[in-house]
Amino acid sequence: MQKIRVIIAKPGLDGHDRGAKVIARALRDAGMEVIYTGLRQTPEQIVSAALQEDADAIGLSILSGAHMHICPRVMELLREKGLSDVLVVVGGIIPDVDIPKLNAIGIKGIFLPGTPMQEIVDFIRGNTRSRVGI
Amino acid sequence: MKTATPGRGSSTERRGSFTTISGRPINELYTPADIASLDYARDLGNPGDFPYTRGIHTNGYHGKLWTMRQFAGFGTPEETNQRYKQLLKAGGTGLSVAFDLPTLMGRDPDHELSLGEVGKCGVNVTSLADMETLFDGIDLGSITTSMTINSPASMIFAMYLVVAEKQGVAWESLSGTIQNDILKEFIAQKEYIYPPRQSMRLITDVFTFCAERVPRWNTISISGYHIREAGATAAQELAFTLRDGIEYVQYGVDAGLDVDAFAPRLSFFFNSHSDFFEEIAKYRAARRIWAHVMRDRFKAKNPRSWQLRFHTQTAGVSLTAQQPYNNVVRTALQAMAGVLGGTQSLHTNSLDEALALPTEEAATLALRTQQIIAHETGVANVVDPLGGSYFVEKLTSDLEEEALACFDTIDRMGGMVPAIENGYPQREIAESAYKFQQAVEQRDKIIVGVNEFASVENGPIGILYIDETTADRQLAKLNRLRQTRHDGRVRAALDALSEGARGAANTMPLLVEAVRAYATIGEMCDALRHVWGEYEETPII
Repeated sequence: MQKIRVIIAKPGLDGHDRGAKVIARALRDAGMEVIYTGLRQTPEQIVSAALQEDADAIGLSILSGAHMHICPRVMELLREKGLSDVLVVVGGIIPDVDIPKLNAIGIKGIFLPGTPMQEIVDFIRGNTRSRVGI
Repeated sequence: MKTATPGRGSSTERRGSFTTISGRPINELYTPADIASLDYARDLGNPGDFPYTRGIHTNGYHGKLWTMRQFAGFGTPEETNQRYKQLLKAGGTGLSVAFDLPTLMGRDPDHELSLGEVGKCGVNVTSLADMETLFDGIDLGSITTSMTINSPASMIFAMYLVVAEKQGVAWESLSGTIQNDILKEFIAQKEYIYPPRQSMRLITDVFTFCAERVPRWNTISISGYHIREAGATAAQELAFTLRDGIEYVQYGVDAGLDVDAFAPRLSFFFNSHSDFFEEIAKYRAARRIWAHVMRDRFKAKNPRSWQLRFHTQTAGVSLTAQQPYNNVVRTALQAMAGVLGGTQSLHTNSLDEALALPTEEAATLALRTQQIIAHETGVANVVDPLGGSYFVEKLTSDLEEEALACFDTIDRMGGMVPAIENGYPQREIAESAYKFQQAVEQRDKIIVGVNEFASVENGPIGILYIDETTADRQLAKLNRLRQTRHDGRVRAALDALSEGARGAANTMPLLVEAVRAYATIGEMCDALRHVWGEYEETPII
């Protein structure tokens, strides 16, 4: 069975990467192929990494409050590149009022502080296209 | 003396092992046997005496309470100026500026990477004009200001100096702190611009400049806070922070400065996390280690060079989005640890900070927490009240020992700059962060309201939303500024700055001149980017 391939990305200017790195390790320990982009990636760079890496999922870590600018841009670029089937999840500090707005643009998983790692692993497993037997 | 021995035939234990939040095993009891090797005069000393384990002031908080310094900043300089006036009116005794990410990264609001970030995590300051607004109606001669700024610390400090100049306040009388600690940026917070060695030069330039021109200014706040927030243990926070301190002193000495000319202006900044006694021991160990480092390693003669002064902030990472009112209690206990550890100044986090920047009500409650500790609990009546506790003294010695072992490791790598270039502290911290997260998942470590005692009804609280028009307003001001300032003067100042950076000139006077001409933070940082390039880290997971 082929491994689920996940891009973990830190968009924007923020450098607080503890969460991104912990999640990257948890996904890797759960048997996924994880590509961590490093800091300060533009939406263009993230989508281009997803394309090159043939990613099944993208995890965006955003704590700075810039999510309503960054997320729509990522979704738009994914559509343009024909990558609408890539699962996009967001982790970080997201005010309640923004959650329905992010859901509406196609971001399925939004994980706030305190979310168990296992919950994120299960969510990605349950929502990525299966690579076997199709 | 007859002493009790640990592990005395007790009944069943609640857990297999008892450890601190950092994973340090803890015995059920400590006795005189645990501190038998301590010599009071040599290892503790009275407060005010070398090695300052018990504090740097003979009378503790009898002379002066700690400074209650609440970190604040959001949106435009106009909005933050109002918040400062409110904090000072509420009895705050110092200001502490939180800048937004574009400012911290030396980018103007119109740079593509500033998209969505202007005014979000702090106040946006693009030029001297914004700094004038930020301190409008606040006399810089009568307050002390701490500014959390690192890569562009020199640029922001230059702006502060020019505002003082315009207010008619002499630089010699200014007091405050710039964080200016780039090493912990490479290690933990990752808000760096230039490569490590060029970044270190900016810092030694500030040391030299201030020794001559702004003698009461704290030129650096060597910070463990962010190292801890990134996942370090208490011992790692202590060791990496103090080893960073050694690196700065070494660079200063190598730049030709007399150690006693700049060491008294170095200050430190620690986290106060939830493990009460371990934190108190950490502050006490820090003072003892630093005193020895400065006297024995650097041969400093001035006792002020031996004394470690520090600011404390309660642990942001311990705040939970779930059941946010619990955060008030966490913060109060962490603040108490900072006070019992002898902090010189303190920031208490607000209950809503796992969700957003604090509302005015939440920030006021955080300040009230400090005032209650100071004026109602009586803990400030006596110096180092836990001195002599078998447990606290043993923990202090153990933390010291671990830190010294870590110094040896880093010394063998050639110092902190090479260690960072090799990714050593970054890897160690990532490892600790992952271990802690696993302990939480396995409920080895309990976080109330998160992995135990969770409840569905979290009760929504009102949070601060940053107005999306902040960026527009800052952009409009920037455009007006670019039309009204003298372009020739700006260009000349920026060229002189680039030229100075190519050679060995002190960058501070050149930055002051660029600020006076209303050069923007992005322009000043770019003038140095062109000469020095930018740092890019190799991501480690």
